[in-house]
Amino acid sequence: MSVVPILIAAETSTPSAASGRPALRRVLRATLGLILPVGLALIWEFAVRLGWSDGRLVPPPSVIFSTFTELARSGELQRHAAATVARVGAGFALGVVAGTLAGAVTGYSRFASRLIDPSLQALRAIPSIAWVPLFILWLGIFEASKITLIAVGVFFPVYLGVMGAIRSVDRKLVEVGRAFRLSDAAMVRRILLPAVLPAYVIALRSGLGLGWMFVVAAEFMGASEGLGFLLVDGQQLGKPAQIVAAIVAFAIIGKVTDWLLVLGFAPFLRWEDRFSARGENR
Amino acid sequence: MLSLDRVSKIYPNRVRALDGVTLDVAPGEILVIVGGSGCGKSTLLRAVSGLDAPSHGRVLLDGATVTAPHEKIGIVFQEPRLLPWLSVADNVGFGLAHLPAAQRRERVARALDRVGLVDKANVWPRELSGGQAQRVAIARALVPRPEVLLLDEPFSALDAFTRADLQDHVLDLWAELRPTLIVVTHDVDEAVVLADRILVMRPRPGRVFAEIETDLPRPRDRQSAPFDVVKRRVLAALDRSLDKAASVDERETKASAGASLWW
Repeated sequence: MSVVPILIAAETSTPSAASGRPALRRVLRATLGLILPVGLALIWEFAVRLGWSDGRLVPPPSVIFSTFTELARSGELQRHAAATVARVGAGFALGVVAGTLAGAVTGYSRFASRLIDPSLQALRAIPSIAWVPLFILWLGIFEASKITLIAVGVFFPVYLGVMGAIRSVDRKLVEVGRAFRLSDAAMVRRILLPAVLPAYVIALRSGLGLGWMFVVAAEFMGASEGLGFLLVDGQQLGKPAQIVAAIVAFAIIGKVTDWLLVLGFAPFLRWEDRFSARGENR
Repeated sequence: MLSLDRVSKIYPNRVRALDGVTLDVAPGEILVIVGGSGCGKSTLLRAVSGLDAPSHGRVLLDGATVTAPHEKIGIVFQEPRLLPWLSVADNVGFGLAHLPAAQRRERVARALDRVGLVDKANVWPRELSGGQAQRVAIARALVPRPEVLLLDEPFSALDAFTRADLQDHVLDLWAELRPTLIVVTHDVDEAVVLADRILVMRPRPGRVFAEIETDLPRPRDRQSAPFDVVKRRVLAALDRSLDKAASVDERETKASAGASLWW
């Protein structure tokens, strides 16, 4: 008899404990990954403050932070970041359009694939930086050659992703489209496009990643502005804090653009039966 | 009226999957096709659906030759084949894109009500059980109101309870709209529950071996003696169909011993 009230008391007390604990656990889990970088930064900061190192070649976090805020306050950072974003934007757009078209054609038609794909695969085997001298000769040292290099970098992952995605569309779903007598255009719009979208987003993301990689190479080959210019400038004038500040800016902008890409497509991909989507809405 | 006129199908590897099948199916009739593997029953269904063209012969619907998927012929596949990026309701309405939205919504709602899935209208297909998904697939095939509905082993992937439930569902839906049903199955019980007429096919080459009229009142009691009699006739015909195939093809003599166990 006396056990029952205790059990009830235990049951009523668990919800409040359960609602408090997972939230706390989630915060703890998220902060776990911060321990290493924050800890190392703190150690280095103290090492410089205590005079164990002069911090000239490896500036402490506080110096990097003040350099960063100084660059931002003077508007320098924004000017360089804007130049870089514009280059990546233009190169990414070109690469995506070309890669999507080429991938769609070769994915859809075996003939086009046999005709074009071997050449493109051969070109892909060339390290893209090797094009730099040629692009400069052809297009000059200004924007055109830089944007072309970025576009080349973006092109290949998008091309491969789209081609593979179209080829792996479930034949059985295409047959559903046929059974409902869809026209070619409707087949593309109602079956093929939605079916390739998840793989397309992944292709775009890896394309964007390469775009950010190539913009640095492009800006190394002679630029008067851009985050890559800040890197070169910091090296030539012996300002390591400026280099690290530019690297931090790259990391932030790269992450944000990737996140925007994912966010933009998320409404169209809610149907996906992904491992990470399990448990949502349930 | 659906007719097959000497329909043959020879695959590129020279397998004669169908050999001169001639057949008339009356409007509203439920025709069930059974047979051992490789007897061409699925090939026959695909030829009627217009998804695969026959090598020789013609499929005729109301006198016109069917050469491509036809608006009056619907098909339900072995798997539900729902489009994962559309909600259940949008899947059901997939074949109604030409209708105004209001009319489409109304037909979809009615179809979902009939298959008992009104509460699932707005969920993704991934959240359905196998039986629910196949009910959605049947609703999708039925909302355009086809004159002929083809079902290709539609319940073979489901457990026995779900299967019996779905057979009853299909019969209810059929009773309402009275389309011609052609069902391919390898389940003899299912054949006898559904069919007005059972076609037993034999393989190599695929031909109609026997026709059995079930002639049982509906709804059918799976435990009754007349049901059992029809079932035995179908099983006997299946046995003979495989024996004969074996005598045609010497290499298959060994298989005939086990033929009576094929299902």
